[in-house]
Amino acid sequence: MTMIGWLQIILFCAIIVALTKPLGWYMTRVFNGERTFLSPVLRPIEAGIYWISGVDERREQHWLTYTVSMLLFHIGGFLIIYGVMRLQAMLPFNPAGQSAVAEDLSFNTAISFITNTNWQNYGGESTVSYLVQMLGLTHQNFLSAATGIALAVALIRGFSRASMRTIGNFWVDVVRTTLYVLLPICVVYCLFLVSQGMPQTLGDYVEATTLEGAKQTIAVGPVATQVAIKMLGTNGGGFFNANAAHPFENPTALSNLVQMLSIFLIGAALTNVFGRMVGNQRQGWAILAVMGVLFVAGVTVTYWAEASGTSTLQALNLTGGNMEGKEVRFGIVASSLFAVVTTAASCGAVNAMHDSFTALGGMIPLINMQLGEIIIGGVGAGLYGMLLFVVLAIFVAGLMVGRTPEYVGKKIEAREVKMAMLAILVLPLMYLGWTAVGVVYPAAVASMANAGPHGFTEVLYAYTSSTGNNGSAFAGLTGNTFFYNLTLASAMFVGRFFMIVPAMAIAGSLAAKKSIPPSAGTFPTTGGLFVGLVVGVILIIGGLTFFPALALGPIVEHLAMNAGQVF
Amino acid sequence: MLREIRPAIVLLLVLTAITGLAYPLAMTAISGVIFPEQAQGSLVEKDGKVIGSALIGQEFKSDKYFRGRPSATLAPDPNDSTKTVSAPYNAANSGGSNLGPTSKALADRLKEDVDKLKAENPNAAVPVDLVTTSGSGLDPDISPEAAQFQVPRVAKARNISEDQLRQLVVANTQGRLLGLLGEPRVNVLALNLALDSASAK
Repeated sequence: MTMIGWLQIILFCAIIVALTKPLGWYMTRVFNGERTFLSPVLRPIEAGIYWISGVDERREQHWLTYTVSMLLFHIGGFLIIYGVMRLQAMLPFNPAGQSAVAEDLSFNTAISFITNTNWQNYGGESTVSYLVQMLGLTHQNFLSAATGIALAVALIRGFSRASMRTIGNFWVDVVRTTLYVLLPICVVYCLFLVSQGMPQTLGDYVEATTLEGAKQTIAVGPVATQVAIKMLGTNGGGFFNANAAHPFENPTALSNLVQMLSIFLIGAALTNVFGRMVGNQRQGWAILAVMGVLFVAGVTVTYWAEASGTSTLQALNLTGGNMEGKEVRFGIVASSLFAVVTTAASCGAVNAMHDSFTALGGMIPLINMQLGEIIIGGVGAGLYGMLLFVVLAIFVAGLMVGRTPEYVGKKIEAREVKMAMLAILVLPLMYLGWTAVGVVYPAAVASMANAGPHGFTEVLYAYTSSTGNNGSAFAGLTGNTFFYNLTLASAMFVGRFFMIVPAMAIAGSLAAKKSIPPSAGTFPTTGGLFVGLVVGVILIIGGLTFFPALALGPIVEHLAMNAGQVF
Repeated sequence: MLREIRPAIVLLLVLTAITGLAYPLAMTAISGVIFPEQAQGSLVEKDGKVIGSALIGQEFKSDKYFRGRPSATLAPDPNDSTKTVSAPYNAANSGGSNLGPTSKALADRLKEDVDKLKAENPNAAVPVDLVTTSGSGLDPDISPEAAQFQVPRVAKARNISEDQLRQLVVANTQGRLLGLLGEPRVNVLALNLALDSASAK
């Protein structure tokens, strides 16, 4: 670990904190339907979209209608991706002549993109056409991100409203998020990325004759438009197989910093939106503080582990840390920071191969995802995931003093706690359950690339990542098999929607309650005690759930490595 | 609930057209005007022919050139399309080795490569990036230490002085952005092009 490394980490954190408030202010105006500086341009387009799709923007929805609208929207999105992938050979924008994608791989990829996971069983440049990248993947990157943000805003309305039956209009929330937040940022961001060297072309792959006279086919394409939204929307699916490690998908140290910032940008700003909408920005800062504590702890461990290297490298006197699977332009610190950022949020883009990380360095991304990706988290999903933990923490605090727990003026009662527990318990059921199947079913065992405990970790990582809708991988695992295509898709589906529906039920139930003013007996939820309590609840629930599985994977591998054992 | 079906279909189509077609196509046109070179892939030409991309590493085998990092990229086996074979710096199929910290295959490969490099230059410590594969398999850069390490071999093959080569490496080293971001590095293709033109003089 070096001073200059830590300075890069501090710079990253400082910029995120500085951007949280202004973007939170802007987004609050957008969700409240107020005028913004972009309204003169975008308002006519917005009104036109409502007119042709028959949406009455003043009509709000009950939580059930809101949720059903969201589900209908996703069924359509699924059909578009699946259709375009199956038919790509007959459609335009296919200069590399890719043939139709297989049924199980198309199914997996379609589920993967509508759930904001972007698990890559497809190979990017070697599997799909430019049309699939644009019409299938880029568009769903926008819409799954807009959906996540809309749902978070709906849950916030549940906290901020009193005695109401409705929580907003799903269509209006999605349109406004797409038009006023995602698209304008992406237009500017995309041009910045091209300036750094990212291709944006519909031309053929380039045939080059290298300096030594060999042939090299260089894949290009409309990369920048997809990468901009893939990062901003915490989607993470790469244009190329190697994702953000590919020099075209992340050309410079500056593009790398901006990509990491854009992963956290909206998720961090949503904590401020929460604070503003419930009438006290300090409520938002307290939540950001909980996230910050867990984030810094994770970065420290991964950076330390990667800088220390492995016993194999040390035995050969190779110093400078674990560079296997990492790029020279990023080095140890920017690769470690990226790995923690991408798994703390549910992005899943990678700028280094997590499979080749040290045992402990790779365990932190795993823990980040197993905690439910609540450290900033996916756009929207992180905030509603975190609020579920807050409900539990408040409930625990209430039990300790024997009072009905309340949070930002709302009583937290049996229904909310049951729903929060349902959402939190269904995730480990998926990743622990399927991992258990994956390590004994022979067709699945054959997919492991590494032997010993590392092979187990590959399987655990795959199901954790898909359940958490992250999409990063220990990529040695051969995921493009019938078994993995189907089981990973089921984990992604359950991980997304079995979290959303209980969260929306809470939103509806809270919106209907009366608001109670704080009294002398109200537990203050803006101070250090509250932050400590929530961090404690997260770690205890998380630790009890997945510690045994970690012991079988990265922990035993670390001990074996120190004993000089290889597999 | 039934009245939500029309928005579900129409809105989806409209937003798909905006984000999936209008946005990428418009940005392609704009990028092509403002940043034409980058948008095409930062291609490098020599005597009118494309010899590669400034951002994409390529394989160098000859002793007369500086070499990049080992690459783990694969290509379909020409004899059996269900299998893959090693194809270093395959820029149409990026990827890393994905070998873990306790992998025997990785330990064996590292030992073999370190032994080879030690034979080539016994006087310097082997830089770690020169024996580890990159995440993309297309890393265009090596560390300044890895370039300096290869100087004796290239100097011998080209019959030029080591001092001259060391200066060339320093001239082709890019530092951290603002002294802070990223890592110091040497672009291997740029260094080799500079080497060729220096030798031609």
